Amino acid sequence: MSLDIAQIKADFPLLSREINGKPLIYLDSASSSQKPAAVLDAMDHYYRHSNANVNRGAYQLAVEATDALEGARAAIARFIGAPNAHEVIFTKNATEAMNLFAQSWGRSNLSEGDVVVLTEMEHHANIVPWHMLVQALGIELRWIPITDSGELDLTDLDRLIDGAKLVSVTAMSNVLGTLNPIRRIADAAHAVGAVMLTDGSQYVPHLPTDVTELGVDAMAFTGHKMLGPTGIGVLWGTTELLEAMPPFLGGGDMIMQVTKDGFTTNDLPHKFEAGTPAIAEIVGLGAAVEYLESLGMEQVREHEVSLTAYAMRTLTERFGEDLTIHGPAEPAGRGGVLSLAYKDIHPHDMSQVLDQRNVCIRAGHHCAKPLMQVMGVGATARASMYVYNDEQDVDSLADAIESADDIFGLGG
Amino acid sequence: MAGLEDLYKEIILDHYRNPRNKGELETPPAHKAEGFNPLCGDEIVVYVDIDDDGVIQDIATGGQGCSISQSSASMMSAAVKGKSIEEALAITDGFKAMMSIHESGLESEKADTKPDLSMGDLSALKGVVKFPVRIKCAVLSWNTLLQALGDAARPS
Repeated sequence: MSLDIAQIKADFPLLSREINGKPLIYLDSASSSQKPAAVLDAMDHYYRHSNANVNRGAYQLAVEATDALEGARAAIARFIGAPNAHEVIFTKNATEAMNLFAQSWGRSNLSEGDVVVLTEMEHHANIVPWHMLVQALGIELRWIPITDSGELDLTDLDRLIDGAKLVSVTAMSNVLGTLNPIRRIADAAHAVGAVMLTDGSQYVPHLPTDVTELGVDAMAFTGHKMLGPTGIGVLWGTTELLEAMPPFLGGGDMIMQVTKDGFTTNDLPHKFEAGTPAIAEIVGLGAAVEYLESLGMEQVREHEVSLTAYAMRTLTERFGEDLTIHGPAEPAGRGGVLSLAYKDIHPHDMSQVLDQRNVCIRAGHHCAKPLMQVMGVGATARASMYVYNDEQDVDSLADAIESADDIFGLGG
Repeated sequence: MAGLEDLYKEIILDHYRNPRNKGELETPPAHKAEGFNPLCGDEIVVYVDIDDDGVIQDIATGGQGCSISQSSASMMSAAVKGKSIEEALAITDGFKAMMSIHESGLESEKADTKPDLSMGDLSALKGVVKFPVRIKCAVLSWNTLLQALGDAARPS
């Protein structure tokens, strides 16, 4: 059964906001999604009803807070198909999850000359932590190139991953929308004895996710792009991998014993969760995954494929060769992220023009400067969709793009 | 609400479409500086050729970016070409002061008491202040000019 988008839209209080008497057209969910009332209520209820520190007090409130946190962890583990809830490590965001992995696993497993394989379409969060290890340890980075249509060029995969210790690839590009063949790359990585990490920041919010089916050893993702609050992200890893990794941050909660001579680490997941966690945000993220589950991730994906197809068709019909949509041409092979180039209007100017009609898109390099260099552009204008967007939002986007002609005198 | 006509004035679009002093100068004798806006990816390159009397004999700009950063670079180059370093610094100060006036100040009489704002073409960029996100686009080339002039002032 297909989703009732009008009803879903009504679940998001912010989407009913008007600016200058006109409705808001929110097409920047790849940057950050809006939040349903269920998430806001869960966080509000936690603070009003059960707020206390976790894993400590014996009193009723502390028990409730701990239960709420661990309930959210279990829900998130279920949502991504994780075999064990203790494999879900809470971080500040996906960036921190990548850095946790790089600093903990990387520093204890890599040394000078060791190879880490990335792709040309990675977000800076999956580039800079490795550059930092290039500087600190002298590791070598190799890059899987992309084709003209914005897909990974796996022609030389075997050669690129030969001798690699780690392969780290985004499951979905935040610029091109490309869905990458993670399973295939993971199998190839494992065949040469490498560990496979994936950045699921754009994938987990939009597609049914099963880490076992993806075949990866670890995955980073963030809460605020999947209807949850900011300030909460996740590193998932296999029990085997996480248990072998040294702690990242030291402090309260992550210890089993501390003496003047040293410390021993706590069990998973606490080993990687030093200090009081973002309890309310974790509760909010738990509510977000329950909301998404109530819609059904198959249905969410189906809606987005159909809306992406509508958007690509509409924009192509209305603007022809004046408009370029970067990335894969086939909606089924991509997410609802559309990086656009219209005539010679700069993306910043385009987003400014669109803002006049309350159409919110992102202009810039999208924290993927190496990809921009490969594409030969400085920036793109990116419209990105989620489960609350509908065809009318796409039509508003197209109308607003057309209005740029008036400003820049490019009509006719 | 600020209208787009405050931002995209005809003269700005003219400098955007027909940038003055676009290109490169040979280094040396020219000094080169690169400016980046890490938030949006705009890049500006400024070349200045300064003679023995401290006069900017020639200037060229390159790079890529939005209409505001590119037109501002074009206007900047036209405003300082042939000027002494001191004059160029004074113009830069005036421009950056214009960019730092709070939006509300634009409408009030206080704006008239601010430093000299009769900056020719440059005053077309005054409207940028109403779009705070874009101020960094407008000042990028000016900060890059300061960098280039600073390099030029250093004994080689």
